[in-house]
Amino acid sequence: MLTDKETQQNFLKLLALFVAIVIPWIAGGIYYFNTVPYYVENQATIVEHKTNTISHADHSLFELLQQPFETPQQVTGACLSCHNNTDQEIMSSSHWKWERDYVTDSGDTIQLGKKNIINNFCIGISSNEPRCTSCHIGYGWKDNSFDFNDNKNIDCLVCHDQTGTYKKFPTGAGLPVAQKKEFKGKIFDKPDYNLIAQNVGAPKRENCGVCHFVGGGGNNVKHGDLANEINQVTRDVDVHMGINGVNMSCVDCHKTDRHNISGSLYSVASTNENRVRCEQCHSDHPHSNTILNRHTKKVACQTCHIPRFAKISATKMNWDWSTAGKFNADSSKMVLKDSLGNMTYATIKGSFVWERNVVPEYHWFNGNARHHLLEDKIDTSNVIQLNTLLGSYSDKNSKIVPVKKHAGRQIYDAVNNTLIVPRLFGKDSTAYWKGFDWDKAAQAGMESVDLPYSGEYGFVSTEMYWPINHMVSPKEESLQCADCHSRDSYLKNLNDFYLPGRDHNNFFDNLGIILLIISFLGVLTHGLIRLIKN
Amino acid sequence: MKKKTYIYRGFERFWHWNQALLILFLAFTGFEIHGSYSIIGFENVIRVHNMAAWALLVLIVFAIFWHFVTGEWRQYIPTTKLIKAEISYYITGIFKGAPHPTHKTIYNKFSPLQRIIYLGLKLLVIPVQVFTGLIYLFYVYPNNPVHVIGLDVIATIHSFGAYILLSFVIAHVYLVTTGSTPLSNLKAMITGWEIVEVDDEDGQKK
Repeated sequence: MLTDKETQQNFLKLLALFVAIVIPWIAGGIYYFNTVPYYVENQATIVEHKTNTISHADHSLFELLQQPFETPQQVTGACLSCHNNTDQEIMSSSHWKWERDYVTDSGDTIQLGKKNIINNFCIGISSNEPRCTSCHIGYGWKDNSFDFNDNKNIDCLVCHDQTGTYKKFPTGAGLPVAQKKEFKGKIFDKPDYNLIAQNVGAPKRENCGVCHFVGGGGNNVKHGDLANEINQVTRDVDVHMGINGVNMSCVDCHKTDRHNISGSLYSVASTNENRVRCEQCHSDHPHSNTILNRHTKKVACQTCHIPRFAKISATKMNWDWSTAGKFNADSSKMVLKDSLGNMTYATIKGSFVWERNVVPEYHWFNGNARHHLLEDKIDTSNVIQLNTLLGSYSDKNSKIVPVKKHAGRQIYDAVNNTLIVPRLFGKDSTAYWKGFDWDKAAQAGMESVDLPYSGEYGFVSTEMYWPINHMVSPKEESLQCADCHSRDSYLKNLNDFYLPGRDHNNFFDNLGIILLIISFLGVLTHGLIRLIKN
Repeated sequence: MKKKTYIYRGFERFWHWNQALLILFLAFTGFEIHGSYSIIGFENVIRVHNMAAWALLVLIVFAIFWHFVTGEWRQYIPTTKLIKAEISYYITGIFKGAPHPTHKTIYNKFSPLQRIIYLGLKLLVIPVQVFTGLIYLFYVYPNNPVHVIGLDVIATIHSFGAYILLSFVIAHVYLVTTGSTPLSNLKAMITGWEIVEVDDEDGQKK
């Protein structure tokens, strides 16, 4: 018989053993249930987005706006007679100036922007102004004599029109037509200035889109994530702007203070300021899962949440100017299209590659970009990087961002080794689209920017990087862990860090496998010999 | 004199089997994280690997406590005595049916080779795995308190440690069969009882 004391001791022993058995599993269990998987419904707190878009006044009641307007400048005069400081706000904005401060490699601060930057779409605006500046918020920027200090040239209506009837003429240097005119089969009428001026308000997505959706001369050509369909987009394409979802407008995120609109794209912008961030509404720990939240230190929201861009209409991925200038047998201009209707060849522009539902490239980015300047020498043995997104793993401020890479072949000066801004658009034969003579176009274009042209030209490969920020997918479609954390990783080009699941040390892996094989063969042999001997 | 003896105590057996289970599970899930195969899926495999890691860590803390309280840690003090004899036993003697040169007793239940290898696991391999595992778990560049730029070295050590542990498991499982009968060691680790050589003194103490 056990004494009471022994029973008690046995009981305590058993209890201690039980506790020792259970506690490790409790510890594991606590961890397990505290790391909620992504698919558990647990909405991130979204800070209320609020638009201050209610008009403070009924503009149709102002007599001033009932007067007959002949020119758009008269409308601007009427606007400014009440909004009397607004011209200063506008004229200091990058939408007006098309340039910002840029620190060059040698440390000088220069003015750089759409005005003088070079890209691999229509290359540069100098000598092509009337066509390019149809997207300027001004009137009459037809050459480099445009007066940026004349407030009458501000175009208020293109951003503030609520009627949807105000249109700038595509080759009119930012001006609407004075009488009915046709462009590529589309009729442009003189705007009804009274109607429009009496119906102004905060910019709608259509106002922004009239330029930003069609940059590069067509729908979705440039950005890949900004296209006309965004005007009527559904939630599955853009979770923020979906008209069947939260139905946000551009300026809900692109907060604007005194006409300084936040947000900039690093195809032209260069510094880490005035950016729009997902975090301004979603915070930097928006997930219920702590492991996911830790990713926000190094991975931009866009990377996982925009798994594809150009979801509806295709975007241009490659533009080869060197093939331009071929004509049909009847010497008419040649246009070739693919089955989706995307132009794959045009006599005036060369050949294009379009893609839909594109998987982005991924780059480290810290908000600063370097740009190729017109006078910069090029090394033709490499692909010229027109803009470089700066950043790396070891840079604390860098995150991985999704990027559209646009590749091109464009004209350069074969003697001076500089890129050329050709004169493409114009009424005389020096314009390539009239005379189809690259030599003359190069001559005229380089003259307009005061840079030498040797008379010999060639074509060189270039690349541009466009960070992707729009067309955020519903969360069910975001990238999954294994999209990056696997041997076949989406991030296979980012090799400056160890990514679990993707990377392994070949030497130690092989050594380990050899060790396993030796152990296994060793015990197998030993065991066999024992069997035989016994 | 041989006698049926209670050689592995309750906690010891529980600790052993639990640790065996956790290490095998950690290896299985760990090599999925390593990218060697894809079975559970990356997100969940991380969760269960970390779960098992926490369980093992707590178990290790208990085991350390147990070893010190019971004095069993002395069983791991390495000795060179008879080590040559043991090595030659495994290379030749075992095939001729020679007896093991050392005797298992309650107070000396590990052979010289076992002492060295188990001590190596306890003082080197397991701590390295725990240490690298914790850094791996909490490593978030750039806000990490431990300033290692990147997981490269940490992950390489951690996965190589896993290979070493697995080779240990292979050899260990095989050596289990080299007891007085092929299953006697296994039975002992399950029931705690084994027929071992005891001298009178041992017998009395039991």
